[in-house]
Amino acid sequence: MYKHTVNHTVFVFTSLAELMAKASPLRSGDQLAGLSAHSYQERVAAQMALADLSLRTFIEEPLIPYETDEVTRLIFDTHDAENFQRISHLTVGDFRNYLLENSTQKAALTAIQKAITPEMAAAVSKIMNIQDLILVSSKCEVVTRFRNTIGLKGHLSTRLQPNHPTDDMKGILASVVDGIYNGSGDAVIGINPATDNVATQIRLLNMLEDVRVRCLLPTQSCVLSHITNTILAIEQGAPVDLVFQSIGGTEKTNSSFGINLALIKEGYEAALSLGRGSIGNNVMYFETGQGSSLSANAHHGIDQQTLEARAYAVARAFDPLLVNTVVGFIGPEYLFDSKQIIRAGLEDHFCGKIMGLPMGCDVCYTNHAEADQDDMDILLTLLGTAGCNFIMGVPGADDIMLNYQSTSFHDALYARQLLGLRPAPEFEEWLLKMGIMNPQLQIVHSDASQKLMKMITS
Amino acid sequence: MEKDTWHLLSQYTHARIAMGRAGTSLPTHEILRFKMAHSLAKDAIQSEVDTSALTEALHAMEIHTIAVKSQVTDRNDYLRHPNKGRVLDLRSKKDIEASPRNKTDLCIIVADGLSANAVNLHVIPLLKSLLPQIKDLTLSPVVIAKYSRVALSDAIGELLNARMALILIGERPGLSSPNSMGAYLTYQPATGNTDEKRNCVSNIHPEGLGYEAAAAKLSYLLHQMLIRQISGVHLKDDHRDTHLI
Repeated sequence: MYKHTVNHTVFVFTSLAELMAKASPLRSGDQLAGLSAHSYQERVAAQMALADLSLRTFIEEPLIPYETDEVTRLIFDTHDAENFQRISHLTVGDFRNYLLENSTQKAALTAIQKAITPEMAAAVSKIMNIQDLILVSSKCEVVTRFRNTIGLKGHLSTRLQPNHPTDDMKGILASVVDGIYNGSGDAVIGINPATDNVATQIRLLNMLEDVRVRCLLPTQSCVLSHITNTILAIEQGAPVDLVFQSIGGTEKTNSSFGINLALIKEGYEAALSLGRGSIGNNVMYFETGQGSSLSANAHHGIDQQTLEARAYAVARAFDPLLVNTVVGFIGPEYLFDSKQIIRAGLEDHFCGKIMGLPMGCDVCYTNHAEADQDDMDILLTLLGTAGCNFIMGVPGADDIMLNYQSTSFHDALYARQLLGLRPAPEFEEWLLKMGIMNPQLQIVHSDASQKLMKMITS
Repeated sequence: MEKDTWHLLSQYTHARIAMGRAGTSLPTHEILRFKMAHSLAKDAIQSEVDTSALTEALHAMEIHTIAVKSQVTDRNDYLRHPNKGRVLDLRSKKDIEASPRNKTDLCIIVADGLSANAVNLHVIPLLKSLLPQIKDLTLSPVVIAKYSRVALSDAIGELLNARMALILIGERPGLSSPNSMGAYLTYQPATGNTDEKRNCVSNIHPEGLGYEAAAAKLSYLLHQMLIRQISGVHLKDDHRDTHLI
């Protein structure tokens, strides 16, 4: 039991899960689950009680029992006890101060990545303001490699997302060309297929492979199918660069996605065995998002932000190239409006980064949420300052297959220009060579750039 | 402003490509075109089912109707509490109980969902294509449901003693399709059914899956459901997609 007294009023929290949930900034999903604080005071009292808690509490008291949940087992079995010595004496409140200290820089943050459990990351995020989340994230650097280098400080990459409602090859290719001409696609060229069909997946993979080989494009491709389909595609000899999967923070959530840790490992090993990465072996692409566990009726009375951080423990076990929090896709019953979406995006990026993950964000919303493109501009700009590894590049920010709005190729150009951020170095070199971009990072359409069009259309 | 030299690619997709740039940003007319599309989607979510027009049109087709409502109180409540949209309010339950409830093959439900405009536009033309193809089935009155989620069809179908429920519901609006309608079919509608027990035909609107094609698919699925006495993931949609040819 946890207590906090403010002006003679005693606030009581019967469990660690309840304390975490009530300390969580307001979320419609937590309200829907009946977990959120009943008043503003109760929320801050919970945050005060949480701030006084030793980080060791999270090692002593699992939120979901070790015996019943394989994600809990993963968290405990892979905890870096040695480096935890550096922070084990701290309370959650002290930990926030420590992260913000001028003397705490990249090396110190990198050293404790695996000593930070998801629950510790979530707890400290709950008592941090938006500027804290941004400042600490910006001190982290998580670099991953496959055919290029993603996540270096001062760089912002994009996933080119060329979806089409009927998986029409020419339609997808048209969006790919438009994206490349706008300097997009260095994180990955990744298609969400409209159909759940291995044959289509293989056709799409072959098409992307053809473009990459013809143009000597220093990037990787992915078709975002269920991992079992991708494993079948690998068995059938398809050119699979990255293995994709949506993941959640509890065993039950993952089982609702039709996966478990053993299956992810199978996909991971299958991709590694292909040895297709030219400069690195980060072969996994994971997507997450607050609210997925409640949606799957698998939340165990734990708030959605804490469960999201637990999903990062799953991702961390497989050295991913990219982890993408698809923050506003889930809808208003989980993240009601732009205020909730913006804060959630920054929390996810922060929690992932301090846990050592290559975090990107699908800055996005659905039309039934209280948000619009102005709100996406705000979140995009903040994530740019926070050092986000990658964002989405969707033609005109309008995904015509998934029916939601994300960020456009133009949005990425805006962020790069405003904040002086560059594409992945290998990709930048290629864009310069092709005459698509000039050394000032401006998009130019020189005669040289027409070469690409000829290569693709021939 | 700089135009893109690859407009010819626009013939292959209706994605927003080759839009040109003002500096690195989108040109003015593209920004405004996007905002208009977004405003259509926002307005669609706030739209209401035109119950009187639908009732009148259905009566003209000699179809009885019942108007009902879920436990949701307003649009905001609808968005925040999906569960309330799956349960009938007390009065609606009584209204259904007071209506003829002899056992039928099929109960059709018309629901606002996230775009009432979609059902206002597409329900009557779709039913005009569908009904002649399912003359062999007995029908319950058509239920027009406000603030409804898909699973409200379980509560309604169960009360009406129908062997199958077909709910026509406004889909989440996208920028390129603000008024798209979905159809969900359930064999033996019963409270507590989950999504794997349903078959879905989505994207029904003239620019997507047209009325004739949608009606043919629905008729096929309904007849298959009656023969095989199942619905959902175990009932594969083997009907030929003529609209794609």
